[in-house]
Amino acid sequence: MDYILEMRNISKRFGEVNALRQVNFAVACNEVVGLVGDNGAGKSTLIKIVTGYHTPDSGEVYFNGQKLEGLSVAEARQLGIETVYQERALANLQTLWRNIFMGRELTTHLGFLDVNGMKQETEKLMIGSMGFTSAAVAPDAVVGTFSGGEKQGVSIVRALYFNAELIILDEPTMGLSLSETRKFLEFVQGIKKAGKSSIFIDHNVFHVYSVADRIVVLDRGAVAGEFLTKDITLDELMEKMYRVAQTGSLD
Amino acid sequence: MEQGTGGQRSGGVRPCSPATLLHVIIQLMCSSNNINLGGKKMTSRVEDPAVAISRRRLWHGDLARFARRYGLQIGIVGVFLAMWAFFIIGAPRTFLAPEIYGAFMSTIPFFAIMALPLTMVIIAGEIDLSFGSIMAIGVLVFVNVWPRTGNWALAFVLLLVTGFLVGLLNGIIVVKFGIPSLVATIGTQFFWRGVVLVVTGGRPASLVPLKGTILHQALVGRLAGYVPAQMIWAIIVAVVVWVLLNRHRFGAHVYLVGDNRDSAMLMGVNVDRTRMIAFAIVGLAAAFAGLLASLEVNYFWVNLGEGYLLRTLASVFLGGTSVFGGVGTILGTFIGCFIIGAIEAGTVAIGLSGFWTQLIYGLIIVVSVSMHSVLRRRLARS
Repeated sequence: MDYILEMRNISKRFGEVNALRQVNFAVACNEVVGLVGDNGAGKSTLIKIVTGYHTPDSGEVYFNGQKLEGLSVAEARQLGIETVYQERALANLQTLWRNIFMGRELTTHLGFLDVNGMKQETEKLMIGSMGFTSAAVAPDAVVGTFSGGEKQGVSIVRALYFNAELIILDEPTMGLSLSETRKFLEFVQGIKKAGKSSIFIDHNVFHVYSVADRIVVLDRGAVAGEFLTKDITLDELMEKMYRVAQTGSLD
Repeated sequence: MEQGTGGQRSGGVRPCSPATLLHVIIQLMCSSNNINLGGKKMTSRVEDPAVAISRRRLWHGDLARFARRYGLQIGIVGVFLAMWAFFIIGAPRTFLAPEIYGAFMSTIPFFAIMALPLTMVIIAGEIDLSFGSIMAIGVLVFVNVWPRTGNWALAFVLLLVTGFLVGLLNGIIVVKFGIPSLVATIGTQFFWRGVVLVVTGGRPASLVPLKGTILHQALVGRLAGYVPAQMIWAIIVAVVVWVLLNRHRFGAHVYLVGDNRDSAMLMGVNVDRTRMIAFAIVGLAAAFAGLLASLEVNYFWVNLGEGYLLRTLASVFLGGTSVFGGVGTILGTFIGCFIIGAIEAGTVAIGLSGFWTQLIYGLIIVVSVSMHSVLRRRLARS
């Protein structure tokens, strides 16, 4: 099987805390992997290593078979690793187009901005990809005035625009309404149809189960187990997760 | 001013604010246009009322968006014009004569040239209180290099390099050691002032021999015998900083860093480098402004730069730059400088004592900063 992302024996400490202990984690090409676990299980740390935000203390990361070293956030995005954080990764006082192109502005060689180009792309994305027709969602509108669902849409469009190969969804359904959540889950299925891969982190096991091909359970910085969703029922999965949280073991 | 930060909700427009006034004026102009157009077309077809309504809505939406986007700038221009009118009415003999404007154009650029790049530092969520001392340390280098080498061009270049490096050092202390810029730059302000005092022993240096050189002419000469060259430099700095802030990746990152540092970092913006460069540019501008101010009076006084702190900061905050970062405009700061610069002359000219100026400066800082805090909280709630 071809892996788009492979992480081997990843460890990371923050002072006294062992955030990750010898974690092996992989995502196959065109696979949606659900990453679940209790608070402090190490989900976010693992993700932030993939996105170049944290550097692991030990272990190796391969992307498309290529070993990554000293990865920065900008380099990770260049490689095609995009992340949809919750709305917290938006600059609320800035306009929509500045948010869409945050950290990856369209510029000339000398770094001058192509403002019109970015506005036009933003307009196209909002109508084309997200189907936003509300007049409030204009390229020059300030993002802080958007609803939670609209903000989430901005994060998603931002990830999609840059032709991401691997899209990381970090607790994306938090704070979304029921219909917004449903729309979002459809979007995740869309990622798979488009031939891309995804890592889906969520507290809500039900959401993860409904779209993931495989589910990896993290507990206290280590992988407690993994299951193909076709081999396990939702009830069994929840039973096992509950047991892990209680006893630290799956069975 | 009520419309505040670059993009607020349209609901907040209050009667009598300049933004509302403009809104009404434009609406009047547009509606009379419509009537004329309608009158001509009347013969051929009657306009569908629904179309007319939707067109009116469109106009209204565009206007609201315009007011939201430029509310800050419209507000500051309004305040400027109102104050100007007030001074002309209060002291017509002073404010209708050209001399006072010559005086404004010769003194305001000294702090405007620092306030403009300082706007970027404050948008990035930081502050710099050391620029007054950087003015002096820059000119200290100049007055030591130039007499020894006889080469003012070299001395000028070294002055700029010194300003840049001293500013960069502020940035390094703030970013690499994680010290709040308020504290760090209070420290460097005293340190560099101390260096100047120790090296000079408090003695001033004469710049009189530079009179008549190209440097003197280019920096503080008088164009057509009236317009001070420093005014031209202030405009050049304003244009350069505007382009940097609004049309360059660096400026885009300045806004993002000041708005939400964590998200900027998560999205791959080099937050540390952006903040360090912003400090360095203020240092560069401060050293340049120091030379202008010294050449204007033909002497380098060791207390050069003291007294600039308050009015420079006041100009930036009055111009609508938020002390919390993420919001601010160059036009606002530029006009803010002229308001601050005119207050001193204006209060005296209309018959108030000079003691009033400090009171008015203080009031302006407190009011403008509070206003932004309120607007920002309101936006967060919506």
